[in-house]
Amino acid sequence: MFKRLFIFVLLLGLGYIFFSLVENYQGKTELSGIGRYYAERGADELGSANLVTSVVVTYRGLDTLGEVSILFLTALIIGFVLSGKAAPEKHKFNPASEILTTASKMMIPIVFMFGVYVFINGHLSPGGGFQGGAIIASGVALLLLAQPDKKINHTLISFIESISGIGFVIVGILGILLAGGFLDNRIMELGTFGHILSAGSIPIIYIFVGLKVGSELTSILSNLQETQTQE
Amino acid sequence: MILMALVAVHHRSLKVAIIASGIVSLFSSILFLLLAAPDVAMTEAAIGSGLTTIIFFYVLNKIQKSNV
Repeated sequence: MFKRLFIFVLLLGLGYIFFSLVENYQGKTELSGIGRYYAERGADELGSANLVTSVVVTYRGLDTLGEVSILFLTALIIGFVLSGKAAPEKHKFNPASEILTTASKMMIPIVFMFGVYVFINGHLSPGGGFQGGAIIASGVALLLLAQPDKKINHTLISFIESISGIGFVIVGILGILLAGGFLDNRIMELGTFGHILSAGSIPIIYIFVGLKVGSELTSILSNLQETQTQE
Repeated sequence: MILMALVAVHHRSLKVAIIASGIVSLFSSILFLLLAAPDVAMTEAAIGSGLTTIIFFYVLNKIQKSNV
């Protein structure tokens, strides 16, 4: 009884807080401070048609590096936890259904192509390294669902992952040496606004980020897949 | 979307709950698209409703094996 009363009072209090928040809410009609700086100067300074990309990769590039490292740590920990009880005996999985295998043969190349397109065009259209990498990893997930016995080459995956991680940091350090600061994209020609080879080093960074995210998520998936056991 | 969220929280079967939470992600990615944030919408659709659902199913399968 007392517990119920407590929950009721708590809900009432939360309702009061949110109601007063909603009632006093007034939408901003113009950007404030740093947002205005990015919106007004971003396109001219960095030459990237997608403003979100210029903020994510250049102005806040360090945060992106942090996110990629956290994802790397996650993949590492999952691999570590699962490696202790790797499947000892070779077992066969039930084959996937006809529809899934046939559709996957057609869909997987398209999904991979779309992922690569998303991260190469990250500075022109919506999307970027994270999104492209996630799309590639979902292609891998489809592959693993359609062919459960498929083994994914771990050496290749970790090689791609390390190379792109090192490449990301090297491009960032080149930014300190050749331009204004860490991950500054003006180490290369800015090029024509809106072309594929424009916006300095943003496409290169996004290719590295895309490959890294894709390979990390792939290694999580394949680690989970390999330790599955037969029903 | 709210209905699916309630199903995800309250349903007895974990499989149904996982699928419902995937559908919640799908709806929220549509919501992001309507709010003019296509970058976030792509991330939500790929990670939230695609990869997370599959990873949850793999983990659920593992946990059920080790329990029984």
